[in-house]
Amino acid sequence: MAANPLITFTDVSVRFGHITAINAFTHSVDSGEFVSLVGPSGCGKSTVLRLASGLIQPTTGDIERSTDNVGYVFQDPTLMPWRTVRKNGELLGELEDIDPGERRQRADEVLELVGLSDFANHYPLQLSGGMKMRASLARSLLLEPDLFLFDEPFGALDQISRARLNDELIALYADRRFGSIFVTHSVDEAVYLATRVLVMCSRPGKIVAEFSVPFDYPRDPSIRYSPEFTKIAGSVAEALEEAS
Amino acid sequence: MTGSMEAGMIDSSPEELSRYARLKTQFRIGLPPVLVFFVFLGLWYVVTYFVLSADRRWLLPPPHQVVAEGFFVGSTVTEILNGLWQSTKVALMGLGLAFLFGFSMALAMSQAKWIERSLYPWAVASQTVPILALVPMIGFWFGFGVLARVIVCFIISLFPIIINSLTGLLSADRELHSLFTLHNASRWRRATRLQIPAALPHIFTGLRTAAGLSVIGAIVGDFFFGRGEPGLGLLLDKYASRLQSEELFTTVFVACLLGIAVFWGFGYLGRRTVGDWDPYWAEEGLT
Ligand SMILES: Nc1ncnc2c1ncn2[C@@H]1O[C@H](COP(=O)(O)OP(=O)(O)OP(=O)(O)O)[C@@H](O)[C@H]1O
Ligand SMILES: [Mg+2]
Repeated sequence: MAANPLITFTDVSVRFGHITAINAFTHSVDSGEFVSLVGPSGCGKSTVLRLASGLIQPTTGDIERSTDNVGYVFQDPTLMPWRTVRKNGELLGELEDIDPGERRQRADEVLELVGLSDFANHYPLQLSGGMKMRASLARSLLLEPDLFLFDEPFGALDQISRARLNDELIALYADRRFGSIFVTHSVDEAVYLATRVLVMCSRPGKIVAEFSVPFDYPRDPSIRYSPEFTKIAGSVAEALEEAS
Repeated sequence: MTGSMEAGMIDSSPEELSRYARLKTQFRIGLPPVLVFFVFLGLWYVVTYFVLSADRRWLLPPPHQVVAEGFFVGSTVTEILNGLWQSTKVALMGLGLAFLFGFSMALAMSQAKWIERSLYPWAVASQTVPILALVPMIGFWFGFGVLARVIVCFIISLFPIIINSLTGLLSADRELHSLFTLHNASRWRRATRLQIPAALPHIFTGLRTAAGLSVIGAIVGDFFFGRGEPGLGLLLDKYASRLQSEELFTTVFVACLLGIAVFWGFGYLGRRTVGDWDPYWAEEGLT
């Protein structure tokens, strides 16, 4: 694969007071790559995403990013309860001063993409957890980011919604090939989605293992039961066990 | 929605059933307070006729007599309605000022920690001030007319407005703030698109509480500032000193009604404004 780094971390460390959250973190994500990040709780995964987005700055080290168009999906849907689904979808367009007609049209398109067209005029209060997450996904799709950051977005969902959203995300990725860093606690989800899985350890957080996942996109749900998938997932789980 | 309409066309019973169920619910919610009211009336009669001797009956005239003399004597009705109007006006002006000032203060506090730290203790202090202790000074500075009364209402209703507005303004989701930061939103944008909308449910809660207090302020203020058109407070004072107990009770009743009306009015405004999306106010709508 031609090296076309979207974001590069060079020897990055982050300290909060005297806690070293991340140390000697060196890694890069190429454009079009889907990287999953797993690790024990508190190891610094969210911190990596916050660094990648520019929300926080490294204490030492360097981060280089070749794009400013970054999408961020949080663990909670974090919709604005006072806005309808469509208006929530328009938010980032508003913040980027896209004109109203254009952003409304784009919002309708992304809602269509995540299957929420029929709920455009509903308030978040009226949606299920899975639908809220879809709306949140739609919101960050509006600006067609080059780099997508996901912080355990499906962690709070039931198994069925989660599997369905995994497939929808894969379809989106197969279509658009945005670069991604996807944080999750589920080894199965990490392997199923990604081209590459990174395993982090804690105190201080750094990458201890890396696995590439050879399956093509779009992926068929049945690959989950293939021996190759099981083997990779097994190795990831083992590395995670060791890191914890 | 269409589902229930279709169901209605095929067989009207589900809709009938739901209307019946709704009536039943309303009945169940409405009945106990009504019963309490009748028990209260009963007790009133008992006290009037069995506890009080005839020569002391004027201390608590029977309800029907209160209604007859308080609500059906033209001059009294005019006088009380006038007082009601005066008190309402004073309460709403005080509340309006308290809202303008309190909300601005909360907005300033939500914009910088140092402003919050500087003003918060004073906001709390404004609540601990015994308002009666200030009354003579207010009269001294602002005279004994409408302005003084409005200021009492202002002081008494300020605290819940500040605190609720501030809580609301600070309640906006952290990650939503992150999105605004990532997209370089100006302070103005963050305030108008994120903090103020997030604060609305709390603001209405604060307004409703403050409105009730403001009515109390208007009536209490009346007692102390004798000049100007009499409000309900002055009427209470006058009827009590002249032993006009029927008129006195009617005025008390009207004052209660004003309190209820104000509470309900702001509740209604809250439901209308944020009831569609805020879980708390949506629930309020059901009761
Ligand atoms: N703002 C902060 N101030 C102080 N310490 C922080 C801050 N943010 C994170 N930390 C610390 O940094 C470490 C890494 O936190 P981070 O949230 O990145 O972990 P995580 O891997 O995302 O955990 P989880 O899987 O539970 O979400 C933790 O020890 C946490 O306590
Ligand atoms: Mg985290």
